Amino acid sequence: MTVPAGGLAGSSSPLDSTEAARPANGTPVLEAAGLTVYHGQLRALDSISLRVYPGEVYAIIGANGAGKSTLLRTIAGLHHATTGSVLLEGADVTGLRPERRARLGIVMVPEGRRLFGSLSVEENLKVGATYARRGPWTIERVYETFEWMRDRRDQQTAQLSGGEQQTVAIGRALVANPRVLLLDELSLGLAPVVVQRIYAMLPHILETGLTVLLVEQDVSQALRVATHLQCLLEGRTTLEGRPDEVTADQVEAAYFGLAGTASIPREGSESS
Amino acid sequence: MTWVNAIIQGLLTGGLYALFACGLSLMFGVMKVVNLAHGDLAVVGGYVAVGIITVTHIPVLWSFVIVVPVMAVIGYALQRTLIQSALNRGVLTTLIVTLGLSMVIENALLEFFSANTRGIGAGMTLVTGSFRIGSQIELPYLLLLIFAIAVAVLLGLQYFLSQSSYGRLIRAVADDKEAAQLSGADYRHVFGIAAALALGTVALGGIAYGMYQSLDPTAGTDTILLFAFVAVVIGGLGSLWGTLAGGIVLGVAQQIGAQVNLSDELLAGYLVFLLVLVLRPQGLFTRRASS
Repeated sequence: MTVPAGGLAGSSSPLDSTEAARPANGTPVLEAAGLTVYHGQLRALDSISLRVYPGEVYAIIGANGAGKSTLLRTIAGLHHATTGSVLLEGADVTGLRPERRARLGIVMVPEGRRLFGSLSVEENLKVGATYARRGPWTIERVYETFEWMRDRRDQQTAQLSGGEQQTVAIGRALVANPRVLLLDELSLGLAPVVVQRIYAMLPHILETGLTVLLVEQDVSQALRVATHLQCLLEGRTTLEGRPDEVTADQVEAAYFGLAGTASIPREGSESS
Repeated sequence: MTWVNAIIQGLLTGGLYALFACGLSLMFGVMKVVNLAHGDLAVVGGYVAVGIITVTHIPVLWSFVIVVPVMAVIGYALQRTLIQSALNRGVLTTLIVTLGLSMVIENALLEFFSANTRGIGAGMTLVTGSFRIGSQIELPYLLLLIFAIAVAVLLGLQYFLSQSSYGRLIRAVADDKEAAQLSGADYRHVFGIAAALALGTVALGGIAYGMYQSLDPTAGTDTILLFAFVAVVIGGLGSLWGTLAGGIVLGVAQQIGAQVNLSDELLAGYLVFLLVLVLRPQGLFTRRASS
């Protein structure tokens, strides 16, 4: 892990300039309130809250092990929260299993794509559409959006490139017509140019009135697409705000935990 | 000529073994459950047929219309309760739980039906008769019918798995049940459907076995489960048509063994099984169930 040598200290507490500036238009599509999650003894999330409003692209950034994916998986229902709740358009879904949440409109594109390997491209999309809500997205519409997919719909997904697989995974989530689309580390294992191409189609997806909550390790990528930003460090929120409200220094400090927290041990310093 | 006859008999017996094996293979392929009660549940299906035929006097061959759905429902219920709760505690637990279930079933059958053997449709022309070609070649009606049923069952399963919406979900859940959950599929329900298919097919195997040989409470583990395992391993785990191929290899080996010496029938089958395990442990036919 690479850590910048220095020169980052001295920014003020990043938590000052947050919530106030944000227009709160009605109820949030998705709200997490005080989520605490343990992995065994380890507290992976410590009372995390967030509110995602309609049409937003809400990005959660943070280093490895900050709890980003745990947060997304908890919202999707794959992890059990010790305390706290998840609300979908004001309705409490905390007690629901992941498949119930998916049918209600919390649909996640999991980390590493997780396509069904023995199914064809089209069958993957059909599985996604099996329990779909009513809405603008159909398999046909996915084919219109991603033209190449129609020609290769009978191929096994293993024959696709990483970027193509990621696109199919997004398509599989879209045909469920989510109210909020959760994207977990889209860039993982993909070439930068491919990542940019995938993020470039986000506006296209947002046109259909979707709301997106995404987790991204690539901060610059997240800053480019996000309308709202939240940074996690060791299970806690260290920064929150609109990308144009926060400075690069603030983000850097929040990402690495350098603001007023000198006690965080760093690996890779002098060895004896 | 007796050799040709033996090989034909063995080939046709492969159909019976495929009926034993395809459900076992399906349950392992989808939920990684090795159902040690699989054979006993086949015997239960056979006894249910005996009971229905005795009480209602419906034609023997029509008993399956009732037995298969009944066993399918039992399969779904078993999966959603006992086997699922074992699965939640780990895959190994399912071995112990299904072994326990096997013992319970065997002893319950002994209690209710005694250790006497029972045939289904004994004395019918279908059971005793056969086509004759020339003076030596004999094609028993019953084995021909069982083989045809096995092929029909496998075709039906293949069609269901590849074409239907539930079949697609079964394959998706077998690939990645968490990803299937994220698409809204309740994998426990899908597992239940796979178990229903497994027990529906093996119930046919149980009825067929009752007609071809005879039923007794221990036939489930002594014969059906063992032959099912051997057929699955020879054919290749998770391969639907492999179970038929494995069954045929086992059946032919047994019949050839019996030609050499009547007491070598079982031995020959297991020798081939060992040979496959040593030389081609992935099975002779390792195509996936989906293709």
